[in-house]
Amino acid sequence: MAQDEKRLIEEVTQSEYKYGFVTDIETETAPKGLNEDTVRYISTQKNEPEWLLEHRLKAFRKWKEMEQPNWAHLKIAEIDFQDIIYYAAPKKKKELASLDEVDPELIDTFNKLGISLEEQKRLSNVAVDAVIDSVSVKTTFTDTLAKHGILFCSFSDAVKNYPDLVKKYLGMAVSPSDNFFAALNTAVFSDGSFCYIPKGVRSPMELSTYFRINAANTGQFERTLIIAEEGSYVSYMEGCTAPQRDENQLHAAIVEIIAMKDAEVKYSTVQNWYPGNKEGKGGIYNFVTKRGICKGDHSKISWTQVETGSAITWKYPSCILSGDNSVGEFYSVAVTNNYQQADTGSKMIHLGKNTKSTIISKGISAGHSNNSYRGLVKMTKRATNSRNYSQCDSLLLGDQCGAHTFPYIEGANKSSIIEHEATTSKISEDQLFYCQQRGISQESAVGLIVNGYAKEVLNKLPMEFAVEAQKLLSISLEGSVG
Amino acid sequence: MLLQIKNLHVSINGKEILRGINLEVNKGEVHAIMGPNGTGKSTLANVIAGKEGYEITQGEILYNGKDIQKMPPEVRAQEGIFLGFQYPVEIPGVSMTNFMRTSLNEIRKYHGQEPIPAKEFLARMAEKKELVEITAKLTNRSVNEGFSGGEKKKNEIYQMAMLEPQLAILDETDSGLDIDALRIVANGVNKLKTSENATVVITHYQRLLDYIVPDFVHVLFEGKVVLSGGKELALELEEKGYDWIKKETEKR
Repeated sequence: MAQDEKRLIEEVTQSEYKYGFVTDIETETAPKGLNEDTVRYISTQKNEPEWLLEHRLKAFRKWKEMEQPNWAHLKIAEIDFQDIIYYAAPKKKKELASLDEVDPELIDTFNKLGISLEEQKRLSNVAVDAVIDSVSVKTTFTDTLAKHGILFCSFSDAVKNYPDLVKKYLGMAVSPSDNFFAALNTAVFSDGSFCYIPKGVRSPMELSTYFRINAANTGQFERTLIIAEEGSYVSYMEGCTAPQRDENQLHAAIVEIIAMKDAEVKYSTVQNWYPGNKEGKGGIYNFVTKRGICKGDHSKISWTQVETGSAITWKYPSCILSGDNSVGEFYSVAVTNNYQQADTGSKMIHLGKNTKSTIISKGISAGHSNNSYRGLVKMTKRATNSRNYSQCDSLLLGDQCGAHTFPYIEGANKSSIIEHEATTSKISEDQLFYCQQRGISQESAVGLIVNGYAKEVLNKLPMEFAVEAQKLLSISLEGSVG
Repeated sequence: MLLQIKNLHVSINGKEILRGINLEVNKGEVHAIMGPNGTGKSTLANVIAGKEGYEITQGEILYNGKDIQKMPPEVRAQEGIFLGFQYPVEIPGVSMTNFMRTSLNEIRKYHGQEPIPAKEFLARMAEKKELVEITAKLTNRSVNEGFSGGEKKKNEIYQMAMLEPQLAILDETDSGLDIDALRIVANGVNKLKTSENATVVITHYQRLLDYIVPDFVHVLFEGKVVLSGGKELALELEEKGYDWIKKETEKR
């Protein structure tokens, strides 16, 4: 069995980043639809302790009373939550399907990216926790990390091996009733990643998880929990790819980060899930709740995201700056092309004194897409002498797309300063011609200009991630000019 | 013959700007095109480079014997046509280094060559920077962003030096330059001259021609080349002014 597992992980991580593969693993799936029995089924499948089942059921009951939010600047086709399979676990037997079954256009895109997971790992000292569908097959580098006392494993393993830690922190940053999608996730989450950095430890490597959405019609409900104890540091990378599907696939993940006194967590995401075709058919619905609590004084949480995929993105990585002198950061590049829609931004909630937050958001819209920044900066009464700086830039390609900015500001004390800057620009004909006159094709020129525009954010990404992100930006905007 | 323009008529939005231009440029030659403002000098440069928005209603442009009318601008550049811009644009966030490497590699790719090795590229950058007396800092900055007028123009010549085009068209490269910058720009152009390439200098003033000595001078007026001659024509023009051209043309 261990042999099989090893082979499987190799196939997943070493195959040349062929995102389009539909891994033909026989799956054990839950019946379609969602009720208390589904929740119990999932919990039983995973041999969970009673308290976790109760936690799930509580969330499910809350969810039943809630309504899907409609305040975002998004047009969403009605989602039938009873027409979704909520759990699929791969059996250990596997067989890879042939490449011929995949849309050649998609394969083409993936070839252009041309980065294998294995290569990334080797080049950059990255530990990969490959998640196929809902159950983590294996976690790598665990041993190395264990030497430093770092726990990095699948969420299920964490529930089994470190139940006290999970019980203590699960739901601390995102409560089960936080919002419609968070409640849904809490009720039915299948697996995810767990990371614990002990006191005073700096993680010797970047931690990385690759998620894949796989079985058709299976919603993906990932759960990530990162705990950084006093004085610790970790940089965590999340990369996402998904094969092409005609049906819209629902994805509702939760990421929670807890940073204690003097701890620092950097969380980076490159998201390039299937965005739907040129006519806007298909694509992933991505409703994510990401939140970190800077619990201790002088703690810091930094979110960096490059969002190029998904048909719909609904995502607001946020920081609750609870400790005095704590720091929250949000750096974002969101690209929408064709009929993609993105409503994304950040919330910075200042609770502690002398807290600081920075929001840098770069939206790029092309085709018929819509790209919105939505953010909240809140200075509570106690958060004296706090500061926020927000900069929201929009870049438009063509005249069929939309860019929108919805900044909300709440200041409850007089000693704090909130700054907001916003710009909207277009790629000019003159810029394109200048590049072309230097032998650079129009498409390469767009890639070059867009990467220049997003540089401030891309610079925040770990090196090997930045390279991939740059390629992605160019690829996702192909065909957007001329 | 490197460049041959035959009876070229060009319109912008239905308005005729160029009315039958004839021009022949051979390898190893430097040509100057002079003329008052608004006579179509920049139009000519842009049309050769393939900028959109111009309609060629008559005539043809042959480059190395090939009609380039249907060639996209980047292919013309890859074939060796370089335009030094009158108003170089800024591209925020794109470093000069990255820009030049992308440019050079796209041109190499067109000719079936491998990308330039990093070491060779850096050596080339250092060498060419010296040629136009550009400081190292300038190449680390974003393309033209925050450059002074003089720096932008020097940067155009620097790019020309990096790309080593067969045909360079310099559109009013001298405008807005002080004497020092003018000397540096002209120096660069002179040093890049070989028996295999040619330069077309477009200028309003005779001043630049004190530094760059042309083999031929053409006077453009109301969309036509009305006078062609040797370098002495530039001096005559300087002395008598453009009014003289107007009168000469009216006489005909």
